[in-house]
Amino acid sequence: MNTNSNVYTVVYTTVIVVIVAAVLAFVASNLGPAQDANAKAETLRQMMSAARIRPTEELYKAKNADILRIYSENIEDAITIGLDGRQNGTLSVSEGNIELVDRLKPQNKGIKDGGDVTLPVYRFKGGISVIPVYGAGLWGPIWGYIAFGPDCKTIEGAYFDHESETPGLGAKIKDEPWFREKFSGKQVDFTSAPYFNLSKNAEAGGSADAVDAITGATMTSKGLDDALNVWLGAYANYMNSAAAAAAEEETTNNAEEE
Amino acid sequence: MDKKLKETILNPILKGNPITVLVLGICSALAVTVQLKGALVMALSVTLVTGLSSLVCSLLRNTIPMRVRIIVQLVVVAMMVILVDQILKAGEGTYAIDKQLSVYIGLIITNCIVMGRIEAFALGNKPGPSLLDGLANGVGYGLILIIVAFFRELLGSGTLLGFQVLPNAYVPNNLVILPPFALILLGCIIWVQRAFDKDLQEK
Repeated sequence: MNTNSNVYTVVYTTVIVVIVAAVLAFVASNLGPAQDANAKAETLRQMMSAARIRPTEELYKAKNADILRIYSENIEDAITIGLDGRQNGTLSVSEGNIELVDRLKPQNKGIKDGGDVTLPVYRFKGGISVIPVYGAGLWGPIWGYIAFGPDCKTIEGAYFDHESETPGLGAKIKDEPWFREKFSGKQVDFTSAPYFNLSKNAEAGGSADAVDAITGATMTSKGLDDALNVWLGAYANYMNSAAAAAAEEETTNNAEEE
Repeated sequence: MDKKLKETILNPILKGNPITVLVLGICSALAVTVQLKGALVMALSVTLVTGLSSLVCSLLRNTIPMRVRIIVQLVVVAMMVILVDQILKAGEGTYAIDKQLSVYIGLIITNCIVMGRIEAFALGNKPGPSLLDGLANGVGYGLILIIVAFFRELLGSGTLLGFQVLPNAYVPNNLVILPPFALILLGCIIWVQRAFDKDLQEK
């Protein structure tokens, strides 16, 4: 047979492409659920690490099924809010319904455009609220989860992740536990911008919302600083009203005790 | 025949090593060798992709129209790479490593070793030897990757496979973590290899 004729070439390539497409479609649809479960468990690990539900190492050793169980044991409710701070939806807790990282990108655009957004707030038992942050690093997206205490000002913990920052430099935001540890105990003043200061020698200023940037990772640090300010700003209205509500509840409780 | 088979397996690992002798696949060797674990997974992935792509292309070798053979090879290689990526993403244990290697798994498609072995070997040989040739080239590539990653993780982070090996007093060298050091290390490996193997020395 003449394998160089036009008809043969066209038919041959078509058949090959169809076969390959069928194989890939079959594999993708079969592995899809397992991949989704992995992505979901990964996000839950990061959120619960920030909220200090369990030590980070323990969370990363736990199987996906255990992660889901720990999450459902500790979560109170999960809602979505708009830029005005009002609730505009709920996320189902029983199904472990969470916003994965790929959902944060359109939200980030929404915040910057001032458009409609449904920003998630995960409220864990003990009054801990976990919110995501998202922004651009040096090579790709960076994101993280910040956990606030009952007063809606004090950071309980944080976890950061990235897609492709330089290992040993920018990647330290994820790899080095000391970096995320620095965030716990910081106070964020949601009443006025800037909401957070991540820059060179920031801690020397002694302010309660400052963390030193990472040496050799200037662009990643800048990106994270931007991400923090944009996202904390987006949650400012919600956090302020939640803080007011928490303070009010406190006084009522005190009054009752007296 | 037996000698030829031995040659097929050993040549890509020593005298015809894709990285140190043919100088192919350098880009990924610089990118994924910061940590040993990543390098191991990358080595395994490339070995599987070169082996299976060579096998499939060898099976198809008499039917492929010459004018579009590169495209057909690319389709086969791309399919293998996507399969490896999907499987890594689906495994509970391998998900984190796949995330760490990020784009470099996808970029195996452009690894010159894969296409190079198909063009040079698989299109002219039977499926059995082609499979072995592909696997052996992957092993040759992976071996160098693991050697480089060993030194880079040890000197750059003081750890091996994530476990701390060097005492805390050792201050990790940041240069080791950056890609240029992989190039320096590769140069040293090539130097050592040529010092021992006189056949590789250029006159």
